[in-house]
Amino acid sequence: MPRAFTPKVVTANHLLEGDVIYQTPTGWTRDLAQAEVLEDEAHADLRLLEATQQRDVVVGAYLAEVEPTDAGPRPTHFREAFRMRGPSNYSHGKQAEL
Amino acid sequence: MYHYNDFDTAFLAERNAQFRAQVARRIDGSLTEDEFKPLRLMNGLYLQLHAYMLRVAIPYGTLNGAQMRKLAEIAERWDKGYGHFTTRQNIQYNWPKLQDVPDILDALAEVGLHAIQTSGNTIRNVTADHFAGAAADEVEDPRPVAELLRQWSTDHPEFQFLPRKFKIAVSGSPVDRAVTKAHDIGLRMVRNDAGEPGFEVIVGGGLGRTPMIGKVIAPFLPKADLLPYVEAIVSVYNLLGRRDNKYKARIKITVHENGIERIRALVEDRFTAIKAQFAGFDQKLLSKLEASFAPPAFKTGNTKGYEAARLTNPAFASWSDTNLSAHKADGYAIVSISLKAHGATPGDATADQMRVMADLAETYAHDELRISHEQNVILPHVHKSDLPAIYAKLREAGLATANIGLVSDIIACPGMDYCALATARSIPIAQEIAERFDELKLEHDIGPLKIKISGCINACGHHHVGHIGILGLDRAGVENYQITLGGDGSEDAAIGERAGPGFSADEIIPAIERLVLGYLDLRDSADETFLQAYRRLGAAPFKAVLYPEQAKQDAA
Ligand code: SF4
Repeated sequence: MPRAFTPKVVTANHLLEGDVIYQTPTGWTRDLAQAEVLEDEAHADLRLLEATQQRDVVVGAYLAEVEPTDAGPRPTHFREAFRMRGPSNYSHGKQAEL
Repeated sequence: MYHYNDFDTAFLAERNAQFRAQVARRIDGSLTEDEFKPLRLMNGLYLQLHAYMLRVAIPYGTLNGAQMRKLAEIAERWDKGYGHFTTRQNIQYNWPKLQDVPDILDALAEVGLHAIQTSGNTIRNVTADHFAGAAADEVEDPRPVAELLRQWSTDHPEFQFLPRKFKIAVSGSPVDRAVTKAHDIGLRMVRNDAGEPGFEVIVGGGLGRTPMIGKVIAPFLPKADLLPYVEAIVSVYNLLGRRDNKYKARIKITVHENGIERIRALVEDRFTAIKAQFAGFDQKLLSKLEASFAPPAFKTGNTKGYEAARLTNPAFASWSDTNLSAHKADGYAIVSISLKAHGATPGDATADQMRVMADLAETYAHDELRISHEQNVILPHVHKSDLPAIYAKLREAGLATANIGLVSDIIACPGMDYCALATARSIPIAQEIAERFDELKLEHDIGPLKIKISGCINACGHHHVGHIGILGLDRAGVENYQITLGGDGSEDAAIGERAGPGFSADEIIPAIERLVLGYLDLRDSADETFLQAYRRLGAAPFKAVLYPEQAKQDAA
């Protein structure tokens, strides 16, 4: 049996800054909590395709699994948690900016 | 040291102008990422987890003060005030913005530095013994040969699309500080029976997914044959190497699948065919390079001040015990500056620290600096009478940690704190191990011990050749750390053996502590190092301390 589709967000790196961004219904955000949660597989694929086409804005778009919470989507894998936060050795990246 | 001539300068300016135009076309959308990626990689620009990363080559690890100061300026102006020195004697900037990179490359070019061939399937930055030109045990300075290889390999038309990346390391000494046996080609300088210098040529070493110790293809190659012989090896590999499978494309697999005898025969044939074409040009160039690497005018003088400082200042004495190495000139020492303060990120230096090191090099060390593959910085030529002053300056800058070669002098790759390929973090593990052993105050009792940590199977942290190696993996969505034991990156190179099941991030520090304390009980005297004890006793007693529950069950 195919596995049930789990909620996703579209994430990528920003072309100029190189930092992590997430797709919203109208554009892009640097705050995962603001990202558009995609619950339907066909819709997710479509949104990913749209993101990939914005080649002068984003690099390397893909679908990342999230867990929806009251405070917005949260990462389920530690790699996405690090991407959301920044490195652990310095307070740089998102943790310092948001 | 070698200074760029007009040709080098013009070449760099042209490359940088090209890349500037490519970046502009990427930004305005006329190049897609698929088109741009190979171009940016050719110029050392990666896209990592949180940002772009620029990898700048430090050829054979040699820098002068002005170059180090420029690296500091770049860190401050375009990055977050620091840089990360890597196991390939490069420096990486973790936070550049795409539109700034052309300016950074121009700034580097002002001091003859670049990021060319720090990526891609080409011959990468040639690495060398970080004590080159200074070590008491060296046959000859390996850097003229390394520079010859750099010039030959840069933009070499035949070798821009090799099956896979290609790394060359050169050691001028039979004592191997350049891990030559873990490179695609390793060159170790030796003398033949007639006393002439030449190279033991090693081929097909490498770490990563399939770690292999290189095999000797030529036990003694006369120095004059070096360039045609290396070219012969690379061109045989270029044709024979597998392009069907990325994981089987390195020359180590080519050697493994074809056998060293067949490779040797093919290389000999090719060597015979091309040797005449070199027509002595390479030798003329080499002798020019040798002149530009002539040793500095070493000073003479007494070292009484040094001896006196050792007697009166125990911290200085401890630092000089661990951080100095034997120099070939009388009254001189090689200083290793540790970038491994307990709890700091291995290999990171702030812009201020870089400037302090640049000043020290200019004031006291004949304007020379080296970056070691162990992620430390070296002042290769220091007269001992200057050591107390140098130590005082290093101390003020947080650079006087007395731990070279000890348990806290850990190699760690960037891991999942930065690297897009990582499966787990490595930096925090290194930080915690160093802090723990600092608390225990046992480092100096434990003695020489190399811990090396990689954040994925690519093994940039050289974990396979760590006396204790740690490999970070992703086990079902959780960071997991696998220990290998008994690895060795020296002339007696060996790949470490896996100790057993991995440990979680919480368990790995106590596991390393058990292992090292266990060694203290197992060694036959304070002179027996961890590696010697491991070689004498085998893995079993070390596994027993690592996995006490398992050992209890086995005993029951
Ligand atoms: S070993 Fe893996 S995680 Fe570490 S720097 Fe290399 S590729 Fe990245």
